[in-house]
Amino acid sequence: MLARALDALHRRDGGRLLARLIREFLSFDIAEDGLHDAYARALQRWPTEGVPENPSAWIATVARRCVLDRLKRERRHAPLECAQVDALAAPEIAGSDEQPSPIPDERLRLIFMCCHPALAQPAQVALTLRSLCGLTTREIARAFVEPEPTTAQKLTRAKQKISQAGIAYELPHPDAFVARLASVLAVIYFLFNEGYVASTGSDLLRPNLCLEAIRFGRLVHELLPEQAETAGLLALMLFHESRREARIDADGALVVLEDQDRSRWDCALIAEATEILRGALSQRQPGPYQIQAAIAALHVRAPTSIETDWLQIYALYGALLRHLPTPVVELNAAVALAMSTSIEDGLTWIDRIEQSGALSDYHLLHAAKADLLRRSGRTENARANYLRARDLAKNRSERGYLERRLAELSQA
Amino acid sequence: MQYMLLIYGDEKLWADMPEAEAERTMRAYVEYSKALAASGILRGGSELASVATATTVRVRNAKVLTADGPFMETKEQLGGYYLIEVASLDEAIGWAAKIPSAAFGSIEIRPQTTNQALSQV
Repeated sequence: MLARALDALHRRDGGRLLARLIREFLSFDIAEDGLHDAYARALQRWPTEGVPENPSAWIATVARRCVLDRLKRERRHAPLECAQVDALAAPEIAGSDEQPSPIPDERLRLIFMCCHPALAQPAQVALTLRSLCGLTTREIARAFVEPEPTTAQKLTRAKQKISQAGIAYELPHPDAFVARLASVLAVIYFLFNEGYVASTGSDLLRPNLCLEAIRFGRLVHELLPEQAETAGLLALMLFHESRREARIDADGALVVLEDQDRSRWDCALIAEATEILRGALSQRQPGPYQIQAAIAALHVRAPTSIETDWLQIYALYGALLRHLPTPVVELNAAVALAMSTSIEDGLTWIDRIEQSGALSDYHLLHAAKADLLRRSGRTENARANYLRARDLAKNRSERGYLERRLAELSQA
Repeated sequence: MQYMLLIYGDEKLWADMPEAEAERTMRAYVEYSKALAASGILRGGSELASVATATTVRVRNAKVLTADGPFMETKEQLGGYYLIEVASLDEAIGWAAKIPSAAFGSIEIRPQTTNQALSQV
């Protein structure tokens, strides 16, 4: 019970708590250890002393004290770090640099700090999601479509390089913001996606993550309005967000785009996204976020699902593949080909992707295949693929949708 | 923290450089070294003789094996280094970017560890 409450607290406030500790103590590891110590102490003390009135503030205070205790203990073993520990023990020194910042939001500022170009880009993004956005290693692994140990190793290496190479947590000069932009946008995009289709758990959506990502998107767009990709990402997120209400049914199961009640889409968000995308496209700096936003725009523009302009969507996926030649984009392109031109050609392409092995455990590949097989009347084949997709899907809401498809096939 | 700035470049490029330009570059190096020294962060540095003079030594089964040539044959060779002491990697990157060869070669930055076994000179 208590563990569950702490888990919820960590999901909600963990990123912010950690960000504050990192800012004060200038080390990911120390900040993470301190936060874990504080959770452990809460588990010990809250059952007897009762849950404090403001649990988040309690954790913040205790975590800070745990870090200082740890540093004092370690000082005995590592005399070299003495001066550093003394400087840290006085919080007014660490926290006194309150100059006006070009980025007024503390968490966004930390995201820019964390996306350091001396780390490989995937490592920057993974570390930021883990440390500042509170995603778990498993969630990040799923976002990158890679095995969890690979992500874990990437995180460990990144932290090692940060401490061994002396990477400082400083906000770069505004001239360097653009150089970090690609990583910052990737962080925001992954954060949004985790909220849009939670990779695990019972709920399809974690709307807070989506709203936080959109908030970051707006801030970055204000900060760097001349960057078309920033606008593209913001438009993309707003298009997706406009359909949020229509994406789950009364039982909490996923409703796919085709079956959504279009009258429940948020027209105001669609209008805003359309305007932002138009502004971005007029800057003539094409990029993957703008292309994906354009695809999302075509989907929401169709009055009914059969009127969707799949041919243009297929063309846009072709353009996207040139920017982002990943198996996941290829899968989407194959579906667009099937829907616009020929189901057979689409299926052949998906088979080729499957044989390459890149997405063999990716539930959406099997779901897409099942869907196309169902449309072409090959019920038995479709069933096998829906089953495979259902077994691989980690999210209960997505599994609920796949179960319903299976039930429909049995009735037919 | 101490950082080694390793200067890699194509030696042929140097050899083929017109005299006036080579002189300009060397003057830029002198200016740069002066700036490093003036800011109090310079801990050492030198140009290295051509990679043609390199000798690589290994000891295997207690036998000293000497080979003519560098440890690795690469298109760009290690041509010199600076050792500087600054607070963070970002500062080191700032100084590395000002090395004249950064404009046509590459600078590798390597932090020193705090292990003192190698530095008890």
